[in-house]
Amino acid sequence: MAAIQEKRPLTPITKLLRVHAPLIAESANAGQFVIVRVRERGERIPLTITDYDRDRGLVTIVVQEVGVTTRCLGALQEGDEILDIVGPLGEAPQLQPGGHIIGVGGGYGAAALLCLMRERKEQGDRTTVIVGARHKDLLILVDELREVCDNLELCTDDGSAGFKGLVTERLQQLIDGDQSQRPDYVLAIGPMPMMRAVADTTRDTGIATQASLDPLMIDGTGMCGGCRVTIGGEVKFACVDGPFFDAHQVDFDEAVQRSKMYVKEESLAACRQSESGTG
Amino acid sequence: MPVKRSDKTPMPQRDPTGRAQDFDEVNEGYCFSHAMFEAERCLRCQDPVCMEGCPVRIPISDFVHAIAAGDLARAASILRTANPLPGICGRVCPQESQCELKCHMAKRFGPVAVGHLERFVADWERSQPVGETPPAPWQSARVAVVGSGPAGLVCAGQLARQGYPVTVYEALHAPGGVLRYGIPEFRLPNAILDWEIDALKRLGVEFVNNVIIGKTITLDNLFDRYGFAAVFIGTGAGLPKFLGIPGENLNGVYSANEFLTRINLMQAFQFPEADTPLKVGKRVAVIGSGNTAMDAVRSARRMGAEQALVVYRRSEAEMTARVEEYHHAIEEGVKFHWLTNPVEVIGDDDGWVAGLKCLRMELGEPDESGRARPVPIEGSELVFPVDNVVLSIGTTPNPLLAKTTPGLATHSWGGLVVDEKKGETSRRRVYAGGDAVTGAATVILAAGAGKSAAEAIHQDLSAGL
Ligand SMILES: Cc1cc2nc3c(=O)[nH]c(=O)nc-3n(C[C@H](O)[C@H](O)[C@H](O)COP(=O)(O)OP(=O)(O)OC[C@H]3O[C@@H](n4cnc5c(N)ncnc54)[C@H](O)[C@@H]3O)c2cc1C
Ligand SMILES: Cc1cc2nc3c(=O)[nH]c(=O)nc-3n(C[C@H](O)[C@H](O)[C@H](O)COP(=O)(O)OP(=O)(O)OC[C@H]3O[C@@H](n4cnc5c(N)ncnc54)[C@H](O)[C@@H]3O)c2cc1C
Ligand code: SF4
Ligand code: SF4
Ligand code: FES
Repeated sequence: MAAIQEKRPLTPITKLLRVHAPLIAESANAGQFVIVRVRERGERIPLTITDYDRDRGLVTIVVQEVGVTTRCLGALQEGDEILDIVGPLGEAPQLQPGGHIIGVGGGYGAAALLCLMRERKEQGDRTTVIVGARHKDLLILVDELREVCDNLELCTDDGSAGFKGLVTERLQQLIDGDQSQRPDYVLAIGPMPMMRAVADTTRDTGIATQASLDPLMIDGTGMCGGCRVTIGGEVKFACVDGPFFDAHQVDFDEAVQRSKMYVKEESLAACRQSESGTG
Repeated sequence: MPVKRSDKTPMPQRDPTGRAQDFDEVNEGYCFSHAMFEAERCLRCQDPVCMEGCPVRIPISDFVHAIAAGDLARAASILRTANPLPGICGRVCPQESQCELKCHMAKRFGPVAVGHLERFVADWERSQPVGETPPAPWQSARVAVVGSGPAGLVCAGQLARQGYPVTVYEALHAPGGVLRYGIPEFRLPNAILDWEIDALKRLGVEFVNNVIIGKTITLDNLFDRYGFAAVFIGTGAGLPKFLGIPGENLNGVYSANEFLTRINLMQAFQFPEADTPLKVGKRVAVIGSGNTAMDAVRSARRMGAEQALVVYRRSEAEMTARVEEYHHAIEEGVKFHWLTNPVEVIGDDDGWVAGLKCLRMELGEPDESGRARPVPIEGSELVFPVDNVVLSIGTTPNPLLAKTTPGLATHSWGGLVVDEKKGETSRRRVYAGGDAVTGAATVILAAGAGKSAAEAIHQDLSAGL
């Protein structure tokens, strides 16, 4: 059980939760994740550790409501308890410090970049974050991100804030721009098509690029193999070997296909949920 | 006492058609008169060889005699002293290759049904009112147990009885290890496991779920920060193997661990009332021949598969599952394809499983394991049209804890190195047992290892070594 100490809506479907989980807060590193279960007979779902406060025993998660479990979680209020939370799982990304790193985020990925980028900056990296959304109201944690990076680049599809266009278009401009803007490392966290586009953008540039893969998971300890992904022809378990992998080596076709394994069941469950009106 | 030269009393079981529709237990258990009748078949041999077949040396003839004398309380206490999980082992032990194999009655009339009787006594015990509250732990040294499978549960229980405050840490959200996430309800109802765990809680054992030692808390911190005096590792052998054949990552291919975990731990058989789905098509192929394969294929039937088949590259003689499960599977309509080696999972245009391509095999010269090596028959390729493939080809110890713990030695295949006598690892005051040490084995071996480690821990702690 972990009590929700603070809840903040970021967009109509994105919520930030600060949760009392002292054991996890104590051992967490940026880039790791937790698995939560929200109710009896509920599913176990992975969520990135967006931030942690070791002194107060708090872990921050940002949840984007896309289906039954994320909606249940989003419906919880301050003071409510999350039934189960386990972590920290996975490994922090392996990138040498001491260069210019660009973090590219979409969806909940913008939140996931927060503590990663702060730590990189503390380690002496120059940090740029590129985040994108359809409209400026859907961009999340802009002020917080501005604080933890040297340069924040906003992108919107409709031009309502920052650059009008895709995050990868802006990334391309920075790569093509003068030497001071060109990254040494790129880190992509977000929807699969975005991460794939980032991988394609940097593929021929020699810029080391990592993607945070988000396959379906159950245990998160390497026991089920459900989270397997193919990296450079080798099968890896994202929950223990990842979630960060060399983006240029990822078999995205397979990853996208595997993420669709339960679309029918997911929409059936979502219909039931909205019909019954319960979280 | 009259000696009955009759056959083994059959276990009453549910009708195969009905039972293959749900996850309720297949075996119904002996009634009192069955149990009396069966107990009276025991010859009370001078040399009770049955006991030699039991890895934890249960004084079988004593407990069986107590049943025959109608003293179930005594039978229960004899059993529990030797094996703290009788209700579980009575159900899942491979008796035919252990106690019952050795029984003097085995050759002529069929062995005394030791397993069924063990189960009978344990079930009786569960129906009795709970006894007095045991005393609170009185030792000052505290012990941590990592993993709540049979090894961890038994180790915790034995230490608690010696007065140690024990904390069991479990990575998943519910305790029990394979007994919870692997072995299905139709063989081992959760209620039995829950009863055992509740009994441990009454003894003062504390259960902490959702903690992964090596991730949430390091092994070193268990000593330095949490002040435990000793640690027992019973983390099992949960890492699934894959074949490495083409098509293994297609949608609809599962490891048996994933397949069974979705069903047992996550209750996917109740989807959508439970949130976790599992997609089982009309035709399911399971690769392997152990208990896990039987559990997977029989679960597939229960999840709606009309055709459920087992594919194994060796012959029936090399099957490692309990014989009872094999027979139950056949009764439930499972088809077995021996000497059939999968070489590729074939996919459809959408990335879903469409078939399993195999080669027929024949037996050749013995291999390293002494078993005849299966060799492919040329031109024997065949394709089973299936919607799912479940891989049940073995598991190895999970490297997670060893990877994060300096100085914890492992064998090249992943098993923890322990000294034979005490079960102590390369780290002082860190003991280990069960599948984490032996690789995938049995419940009773894990339970036995937990028990002897508890004795070693008690000795070391009380000697202050
Ligand atoms: C390592 C890791 C970290 C993650 N971090 C976060 C996070 O910080 N915040 C957050 O909101 N989500 C995160 N996710 C994704 C999150 O786990 C899924 O959104 C969640 O499992 C969906 O569950 P559901 O029951 O709400 O929806 P479902 O009913 O299961 O699915 C609804 C829709 O979401 C899609 N979906 C399902 N699972 C995933 C997935 N694993 N990734 C992406 N899309 C999925 C489905 O295809 C479907 O369209 C992370 C995933 C991983 C593996
Ligand atoms: C499907 C299936 C059917 C089987 N059928 C039979 C049968 O009929 N008869 C029989 O005798 N045997 C059977 N077995 C084998 C038997 O279940 C195992 O040998 C036995 O459970 C091993 O017990 P264990 O305590 O060593 O580990 P496990 O039962 O594997 O338990 C280990 C526990 O430790 C937890 N853990 C792992 N790492 C950590 C960590 N770092 N921190 C905290 N917790 C951790 C795991 O989550 C797990 O709960 C079967 C196995 C399977 C998979
Ligand atoms: S524990 Fe297993 S081997 Fe031992 S007597 Fe019982 S059923 Fe037989
Ligand atoms: S060997 Fe068989 S008959 Fe003899 S004591 Fe053991 S169970 Fe009884
Ligand atoms: S989630 Fe089960 S192995 Fe990764």
